[in-house]
Amino acid sequence: MKLNSAYKYTKDHEWVDIEGEIATIGITAHAAEQLGDVVFIEFPEVGSVFDKGDVFGVVESVKAAVDCYIPVSGEIVEINEDLESALEIMNDDPENEGWIIKVRLADTSELDELLSADDYAEYLSTLE
Amino acid sequence: MTQLKQTGLYKAHIEAGGKMVPFAGFELPIQYDSIKSEHIAVRTAAGMFDVSHMGEIFLSGPDAIANVQKLVTQNMDKIKPNRAVYSGMLYENGTFVDDILVYRMAENEFMLVVNAANLNKDYEWIKKNLFGNCKCENRSDQITQIAVQGPESKQIVQKLTSLNLDDLKYYRFRNDHIANIEAIISRTGYTGELGYELYFDKTHSMAMWNALMETGRDCGLKPAGLGCRDTLRLEAGMPLYGNDIDDQHTPLEAGLAWTVKFKKSDFNGKQALVAQQEKGLERHLIGFELLTKGMPRPGYEILDGDTKIGVLTSGTISISVGKPIGMAYVKSGYETEGTEFDVVIRDRRLRAKVVSMPFYKKPE
Repeated sequence: MKLNSAYKYTKDHEWVDIEGEIATIGITAHAAEQLGDVVFIEFPEVGSVFDKGDVFGVVESVKAAVDCYIPVSGEIVEINEDLESALEIMNDDPENEGWIIKVRLADTSELDELLSADDYAEYLSTLE
Repeated sequence: MTQLKQTGLYKAHIEAGGKMVPFAGFELPIQYDSIKSEHIAVRTAAGMFDVSHMGEIFLSGPDAIANVQKLVTQNMDKIKPNRAVYSGMLYENGTFVDDILVYRMAENEFMLVVNAANLNKDYEWIKKNLFGNCKCENRSDQITQIAVQGPESKQIVQKLTSLNLDDLKYYRFRNDHIANIEAIISRTGYTGELGYELYFDKTHSMAMWNALMETGRDCGLKPAGLGCRDTLRLEAGMPLYGNDIDDQHTPLEAGLAWTVKFKKSDFNGKQALVAQQEKGLERHLIGFELLTKGMPRPGYEILDGDTKIGVLTSGTISISVGKPIGMAYVKSGYETEGTEFDVVIRDRRLRAKVVSMPFYKKPE
């Protein structure tokens, strides 16, 4: 599985792409593969504020409903509305076009607690 | 945990990239490409399912007809050889042992096609009920079943058999040959589409699969997994044992009164159903759609105000209809088309209404 070395990852199988004070967040290819066809996403409201570790939404496949935990504290500034009409993007390109939310970071020091691509790859290998 | 069984088509699934999962004691493909693409293939062209996990129990002998009449709710006196029928097989209390297909192979020979998860239970139940001169045989391990379903299925199967499929009506079958392999060719299915279910000796599994695939590829035939089998049957309004029907519910409650022939001779569960009918039903299996987006799942509760009035037994976001749909048992009084209530999805309450089934109707 190809990981993006510019991204940060979490053990909850989310990826974080930081650009200035904005973090783009989605689920990893591993998570998408495990879920199978995504059929529904429950998005948070734009403008709502979450603390790190809060559930910000739910991704549902035929198989399961999975809570999404926000890996960094902050305010939701955008949700990926393209997904509403084309959920297959979640499976086709989960780590890029299939992003779920954009968050304005409240505390950049939290970024240090995220995994590097290498760390995440190693974590995945322990799950096999 | 016991070892999972493989069907005669295991190799075909691996070659086709099937994502294998445990199902009713078998290792079977949940999907190959994606549930959605396979679902659409069945609705618009054709899909091919390995349903070898289904069980086949044969009853034969001079008293076979009397035994079958006692076991099932349909009236087999009215079903001639080369016809099949969907039926309940009930306990004395009127709840389901299983829902099955009964094939009348000859005057006194029947093939009962049962759900994989129920096979052992069904076989024991049938043996326990056996009387007179009637042989009961479980041939499930020797039979492979492939379902070819979809508008192109007829064209595909026709290319491989000399049997004229124009003459084979819904719920009729013939013993004939497909790709030179002896097979039962049955016009039945679990998708709501035109389709055929083929039963044949397991030794020919790969030969049959490959012949169908070769012939069907140009017609858009795709291998189809268990995932879309479930979304297709739900859109077609067909109940699934373990979800929508089980040993807690009767065919009357499940909306399957049409399969119960009260006028025939005595059958298992008859007295209980007569009593239930006289008393009136307390709950009904209904179809519903959500009025807003969400993913309905079995087990979710239905509320009217703060009162629990039902529970979901099946649910999906329909691929062909584009809405969240499902089946549920609701208290009497809530079963009429158009009735609204709330479905509780985690901490949210989503409005839903009763709709008629099937959810999906084929364009004429």
